[in-house]
Amino acid sequence: MTPVLEVRGLSKAFGGVQAVDDVSFELRQGEFLALIGPNGAGKTTCFNMLNGYLPPSSGSVKLNGRELIGTPPRRIWRLGVGRTFQITATFLSMTVLENVQMALISHHRRVYDLFSRATRMYLDEAMALLDLVSMREQADRPCSELAYGDLKRLELAIALAHEPALLLMDEPTAGMAPSERVALMGLTADIVARGKVSVVFTEHDMDVVFAHAHRILVLNRGRLIAEGTGAEIRTNPLVQEVYLGGGRLFEKERGNA
Amino acid sequence: MGFYLAQLLTGLANASSLFLIASGLSIIFGVTRIVNFAHGSFYMLGAYLAYTLVTTLQGGIPGYWFSVLAAAVLVGGIGLVVEMTILRRIYRAPELFQLVATFGVVLIVQDATLAIWGAEDLLGPRAPGLDRAVRLMGEPIPEYDLALIAIGPAVLAAIWLVFHRTRWGILVRAATQDREMVGALGVNQAWLFSAAFVLGSALAGLGGALQIPREAVSLQMDLSIIGEAFVVVVIGGMGSVTGAFVAAVLISVLNAFAILIFPQISIVLPFVVMAAVLIVRPYGLFGRPGSEHGGTEEPEQPLRLLDQRSTMVLLALVAMLAFSPAVVSDFTTILLVDVMVATLFAVSLHFMMGVGGMVSFGHAAYFGVGAYAAAMAVKVLGWGMLPAMALGPVAAALAALFFGWFCVRLSGVYLAMLTMAAAQILWGVTFQWQDVTGGDDGILGVWPDEWASSDRVYFYLALVLCLGGIWLLRRVAHSPFGYTLRGVRDSRIRAEAIGIDTRFHQWMGFTLAGTLAGLAGVVFVFSKGSVFPDALSIGHSIDGLIMVLLGGIHALAGPVYGAMAMVLIEDWVSRLDYWRFIFGGIILTVVLLAPDGLAGGVRRLIQLVRRDAA
Repeated sequence: MTPVLEVRGLSKAFGGVQAVDDVSFELRQGEFLALIGPNGAGKTTCFNMLNGYLPPSSGSVKLNGRELIGTPPRRIWRLGVGRTFQITATFLSMTVLENVQMALISHHRRVYDLFSRATRMYLDEAMALLDLVSMREQADRPCSELAYGDLKRLELAIALAHEPALLLMDEPTAGMAPSERVALMGLTADIVARGKVSVVFTEHDMDVVFAHAHRILVLNRGRLIAEGTGAEIRTNPLVQEVYLGGGRLFEKERGNA
Repeated sequence: MGFYLAQLLTGLANASSLFLIASGLSIIFGVTRIVNFAHGSFYMLGAYLAYTLVTTLQGGIPGYWFSVLAAAVLVGGIGLVVEMTILRRIYRAPELFQLVATFGVVLIVQDATLAIWGAEDLLGPRAPGLDRAVRLMGEPIPEYDLALIAIGPAVLAAIWLVFHRTRWGILVRAATQDREMVGALGVNQAWLFSAAFVLGSALAGLGGALQIPREAVSLQMDLSIIGEAFVVVVIGGMGSVTGAFVAAVLISVLNAFAILIFPQISIVLPFVVMAAVLIVRPYGLFGRPGSEHGGTEEPEQPLRLLDQRSTMVLLALVAMLAFSPAVVSDFTTILLVDVMVATLFAVSLHFMMGVGGMVSFGHAAYFGVGAYAAAMAVKVLGWGMLPAMALGPVAAALAALFFGWFCVRLSGVYLAMLTMAAAQILWGVTFQWQDVTGGDDGILGVWPDEWASSDRVYFYLALVLCLGGIWLLRRVAHSPFGYTLRGVRDSRIRAEAIGIDTRFHQWMGFTLAGTLAGLAGVVFVFSKGSVFPDALSIGHSIDGLIMVLLGGIHALAGPVYGAMAMVLIEDWVSRLDYWRFIFGGIILTVVLLAPDGLAGGVRRLIQLVRRDAA
């Protein structure tokens, strides 16, 4: 079976800095894959290349066998890739429901319709999506009033509107309270478990990562240094060194002091 | 050779005066984000004050230079009063709302100047000690021009020193980059803003004061300089004083030589240069994208469809309007046509600004193109009224399609400035192209066909076209197209992430708004029977802006209130002496009482009444 996402030799240099260096991985159907690494490891750069916001210096990204490099973000979305942002981006002057309706209107290619009432379109579908993320009660609230955690859930509903094959979530729980984090990722895991969508997410919260991810990739200084299940990653000495610091570093500091 | 040197030196002398006024504008915009239309008024006041001081003091060389500096200081003081009494109260109003207030100041200053100094142009004395010409390579060069050429760079150096060597100057630069951060670091923003405003006004005053030996002091000085000053600021990059200097030199020197080859070009040249620069460098030569930290503006509320009661009220009002010709005089019928034309114009601008988030300082261009296309179809092609009426919006749509393609590549104030450049270029073409457009004399005798020639029939024709246009735009605002446009305004990155081609969508929104402005122009031209270049002028574009902002940009009904209020008030006060003073006063009162515009004021009033009733 071909993988949903196939990344080969992905690299990006900003001037002299090699932000992402020869990263390759695959994502299988129905997989929940975490991309972790310390600050500055290249996670977000990697993400922005996957969804078309940043052209890579070299490499290839294939969605179901189709090359994505060189395709603008909006086309990548049409090919079946949904995304949520590290800092939420929603239409603040619209209601929760209207935000989801917008995604549906675009999915059904109706954005140039001049005469229908936008608020009456795809109501049932939009409500079903809001049900999925338990936001039905808040459907008519202006988006600008929502708490941050609710905005994150709304983004998830928007990202699922066009029934994507792949969902890219950049730090989905950043800025949320701990209990909300667990709830949101549990919800995402449930959606993945239905088998239609595969997810790649980046995350700082290790509890979230180890609780839900099927497989974990570890980036450091732009390079992929480890790959495996939670248990494998936990015991990987290289990962421990990256996250906790190598013994030698401390020895040196002690020497200097 | 000598002749070209003389041209170059004249260009550089012009550059110095242009730089003085533009640098002040740039500093004010950089720190406070206010698009200050009153800057031209400060320039004019500087000239009048210097004239009075120089002629009363008669103090020779020291008296002249003392007068010039004193005029600059006085204008700085006037700037302080304006900032503290008006602008400081509305910094939290929606973006660009301050622009309305500064326009109110323009009107008040105009009539105050008229009252104090009279309507006659005043010829200033020559600068003592610099009243002769020196010969350079055989050409006479005024000594005063040489002095100006030295003053420009000297002022630039002084500003540079202040900005890099004093704590205050560093704060000004910091605020230009990110004013929210400066506030968060505990700097008293109110005083920083006041100080920047005073410095900017004083520089404008200085520019005006230095101008008195070179040109007659007149009441037209304010608006004649403001367009060019904006252009210089934008080319240089908003907030960059060095940029303003480079741009002033670029524009003035280019102009000095271009008029030798093609004399007509001088009125559009600055705008052509600006358009070219913005297309290559979207933030001007020395500008940088501003920080993402905008104001702390309240988010706009979601749109609501009209409930049943409001629909009934609206229908009743439309019915009243429809039956009004039976009751009111012919004069009022004509006035009502004016109101409808202005309303459609304002609603189309609001569609672009409010719904689309694209602020236009040149929306009159498409109104004018519509009007001219219809007028020329009648006069040149000999078409009847109805085909000419159909042609107008099509021509406006084509113009909007062309200029919009460039404009949607920019955003914010830079987009606004490019729309102004487009309008000014079109205005220049109609003004100069005597053979086709009639130039300054306009096109006369564009009357409706026989069947529609009575005021009453034409009223109904206007009613159908204008209300139809307004209804269409409202319908579109509630449609997927309008929602998508609003979505692009709210969050471009989110819109892109749900598969929307954001630029193309804005381009189409721009074009639709331009088309409907063209329809307003068509109704206008047949009601007046004539059209002149001022239909496309910046002044007319500003009228549109005032109507939209005064009415309230965050409500669909806003431009309707704004247009009605504007036309009716103007009709009422323009019969009085000093009507500009009164009109400016009314504008300032509304601005201070209802920072969310008339629509916001009305909504709060209704809430208040309901609460009392309950």
